[in-house]
Amino acid sequence: MTETEFLLWVRGPALQIATIVFVLGIVVRILQMVMLGRKANLAEARGSALAGGLRTMVTRSVPDRGTFQRSTFTIVSGYIFHIGLFVTIFLYAPHILLIDEVFGVSWPALPTPVVDATAVVTIIALLAVLIHRIKDPVMRFLSGFSDYLVWLVTFLPLFTGYIAFHRIGLSPPMLIALHILSVELLMVVFPFTKLMHTFSLFIARYYNGAIAGYKGVQS
Amino acid sequence: MSKDETLGEALRRQGVTRRGFLKFCAATASMMALPPSMVPVIAAALESARRPSVIWLSFQECTGCTESLTRSHSPTVEGLIFDSISLDYHHTLQAASGSAAEAARETAMEENHGKYILVVDGSIPTDNPGYSTIAGISNRDMLEDAAKGAAAIVSVGTCAAFGGIPAAKPNPTGAVSVSDLVHDKPIINVPGCPPIPVVITGVLAHYLTFGTIPELDDLKRPKAYYGKSIHDRCYRRPFYDKGLFAETFDDEGARKGWCLYKLGCKGPTTYNACATVKWNEGTSFPIESGHPCLGCSEPGFWDGGSFYRAISTPTEDLSKAAVYAVGAGAVAGVALGAMNRAKKQKSVDAHEKVTIDDLDKEK
Repeated sequence: MTETEFLLWVRGPALQIATIVFVLGIVVRILQMVMLGRKANLAEARGSALAGGLRTMVTRSVPDRGTFQRSTFTIVSGYIFHIGLFVTIFLYAPHILLIDEVFGVSWPALPTPVVDATAVVTIIALLAVLIHRIKDPVMRFLSGFSDYLVWLVTFLPLFTGYIAFHRIGLSPPMLIALHILSVELLMVVFPFTKLMHTFSLFIARYYNGAIAGYKGVQS
Repeated sequence: MSKDETLGEALRRQGVTRRGFLKFCAATASMMALPPSMVPVIAAALESARRPSVIWLSFQECTGCTESLTRSHSPTVEGLIFDSISLDYHHTLQAASGSAAEAARETAMEENHGKYILVVDGSIPTDNPGYSTIAGISNRDMLEDAAKGAAAIVSVGTCAAFGGIPAAKPNPTGAVSVSDLVHDKPIINVPGCPPIPVVITGVLAHYLTFGTIPELDDLKRPKAYYGKSIHDRCYRRPFYDKGLFAETFDDEGARKGWCLYKLGCKGPTTYNACATVKWNEGTSFPIESGHPCLGCSEPGFWDGGSFYRAISTPTEDLSKAAVYAVGAGAVAGVALGAMNRAKKQKSVDAHEKVTIDDLDKEK
């Protein structure tokens, strides 16, 4: 298989396979979670479950002072790499082009030097997060194989994207192919790991808030 | 023109001034990234070089590569150097035909055994030898025969270098490149559809000056010309960096000369000298005239998807796959969910209430 054939395979059949696994996996996981259902609460409602749920979706996204003081590093680095991922994935011209091609929607891109700088910051934040995970005894104790796998498949697309943009080490077709392949790896791993938090995060926050809201207490 | 004439004599006889000649040497040195001190060395070497014997074999090709070399509008030093080499066999250009032509090739191969430069354009069919023959000799036999006595082989054009269009899917003739068949000779690939003429003369000048082949990349292309991508050297690159793209061939962006990435430009993955050396005596190159780069100097460029689709876009239909996946996922998800519920119900049904009596240890 030549480089060009590899790139074509990665852009074609491999991407198709990854998309199918990704979409199918997510739909299955979400349906499974939703269908587990909740026991009917027979107590009289003392507040609005809906309002409580919606409020908590917002409040839990902003760290309270106590939590922030206790885990400043986790929160700051977490915000940095999540925002960084958003910028590099959704505001980089070739990526928007891909989204336009698949979904038919597009928006303006950020200038490439801005995205480039964001990528560097994001890579540094992800490395810091990994070092913290390894160095901190509690974090290390709580981490299993899937935590490191999740870190790796998040890190690889950023890293390969960065070296592909700057053409470091390999030929450009190979770099682009490896970058796309790393994203496909992420897509395949996604539904079956903690990466599912992208979808379950706000569902869970709503759920917690709704319970409290029904009881008429703060959450 | 006598065969013993040196290149310098031949150029002077054709009216090339010393100034023009040195300018060419300086340009060649700078293009090949050699220090300025090498200019006199190149000049001296080219001056005194005996005209090298060149045998040019044309296989499955369109003659575009030959056209590229010979159709310069005014005689350039590159063109004259090309004219001055002892082109002992080139079945498109030579006056002789039939057995006389083949005899010229065989004589040149014998007289200059081990010294001649073999230039090949066109791919070689390996399926049925009858697909392409010259004077009844199959391309493969002729190549292998001529390669034995060659000092070096220059594969001119993408077909000779990588198989090119004849090797494009479904490759009906089993076409392959020169380097697929010849493994024991130094091969210089000069890909492009067609390649830039000055690259060929630059390679010849390097060979005449140093007696060696220039530094090559992993695809056997001279690094001096194929070391940088079109994208890296493109004058429209600032628009790419700013995120300014032409969306169609006649929108405002196209008129303002913005980046052609979205129109399928293969510049980022294509290594060639078009953006710096340019075409038609430095007039322009495809991107300058508003058309995206096709990536013609890369292997398999013909099979690399549409010329007009950006390289970051998928080649297969994803939305259909996604729709099917949603459908299949919904069915599987509901089924699994139902199974989970059944399991839950079963455990609820199987649940036996523990009474205070059950816990009484005395019993």
